[in-house]
Amino acid sequence: SYSFSLTTFSPSGKLVQIEHALQAVSAGATSLGIKAKDGIVIATEKKSPSPLVDDSMIEKVALVCPNIGMVYSGMGPDFRVLVNKARKSAQAYWKIYAEYPPTRVLVSEIATAMQDATQSGGVRPYGVSLLVAGYDELTGPSLWQIDPSGSFWAWKASAIGKNMVNAKTFLEKRYNDDISLVDAAHVALLTLKEGFEGELTASKLEMGIVGLPQGKAVGPLAPPTFRKLTEAEINDYLSM
Amino acid sequence: MSIMELNGGSCVAMVGKNCVAIACDLRLGNQALTVATNFSKVFPVTPSTLVGLPGLATDTMTVWEKLRFRTNMYEMKENRKISPQTLAHLVSSTLYEKRFGPYFVEPVIAGLDNSGVPFIASTDLIGCINFAKDFVVSGTASEKLFGMAESLWEPDLAPEELFETISQTLLNAVDRDAFSGWGAIVWVVEMDGSEGKVTKRWLRGRMD
Repeated sequence: SYSFSLTTFSPSGKLVQIEHALQAVSAGATSLGIKAKDGIVIATEKKSPSPLVDDSMIEKVALVCPNIGMVYSGMGPDFRVLVNKARKSAQAYWKIYAEYPPTRVLVSEIATAMQDATQSGGVRPYGVSLLVAGYDELTGPSLWQIDPSGSFWAWKASAIGKNMVNAKTFLEKRYNDDISLVDAAHVALLTLKEGFEGELTASKLEMGIVGLPQGKAVGPLAPPTFRKLTEAEINDYLSM
Repeated sequence: MSIMELNGGSCVAMVGKNCVAIACDLRLGNQALTVATNFSKVFPVTPSTLVGLPGLATDTMTVWEKLRFRTNMYEMKENRKISPQTLAHLVSSTLYEKRFGPYFVEPVIAGLDNSGVPFIASTDLIGCINFAKDFVVSGTASEKLFGMAESLWEPDLAPEELFETISQTLLNAVDRDAFSGWGAIVWVVEMDGSEGKVTKRWLRGRMD
């Protein structure tokens, strides 16, 4: 077993492994997130390598805890591992405080896990960038990107993966601070449609939304705010 | 003799109209011998929340230091003050960590949350939370405190009235307890705009 880090500095001050990890991200299917005034929408393409794959069983948008969800671009297996770590981290927080973590706090913990893989023995960086969307009482809805290096920052709207440059240009034109959640969902689909080869149908998409808490809390638990959209709901947005 | 009675001491907290109060005695003893008369068991956690830790004095000090560590880290990490409800759960999980070798304290928590709503709670030595709406009691004079509070407390007391009520509750309870007394301190917490305002007063009771 290795006790030295495989991620080492190049003479120009770069961590080449992280650059390569970012390449893996750029080769992955496009995903994006848009923050509206009353929530956030995150979405991704679900491109299967063959029509024989049962794509209803693929999960690219994941629930982490009742108020936080995330999506990725890059390597699916690495995403799966990070989702499990994020879920465990949220539960560990709940066990101490009887409430779920604010989005920024959870993002920071995931980012720390990703940074560990750039400075530990015998491991490689995670080959994914994450878009984490969550709601908390302190800051309201917030959308965060986490890179393989472990750096994270908040976006109003962003895209990652294959078509990110065009997608971000498209988003810049369409985004305004007052956009509603429904409009944001529509813009998200339009953006994905731009870079999609072939016809975009609901079965080739996954979407999750963070809304404002509906109704009063039941007991000590705050009402949930993140959920994934059903195929029927995505169809409705596509036909808007 | 139980370990919880080695040093002696008691605490009580009460809810008023948009305010809370928490109070403790000042005695520190070694069984019957009184060793100090300035040992407060109540500590401030945020400008609007306090925690009382009556019980074995060494654990009073250690649990306070542990809580101070955890609440300071919380504040720096989350960029906000911990709310009294969250603090109650933090105290509970901290105590349960030592389920099979517990800290000998039975904490009492009192504070106002961000919207100024009063909150009190107490836990047993292994973290079972009691979410009371009226008052909570703890320490060697707890039975006497229950009796006094049950008779004297009424809902919606204004800060000055709450001060009188909690003071009489504490004083008359510790005066009948050999292991509590030798003076008392009362904290009353109310909202001053969006900030917590704490008024701290010393009481003189029977000095025996």
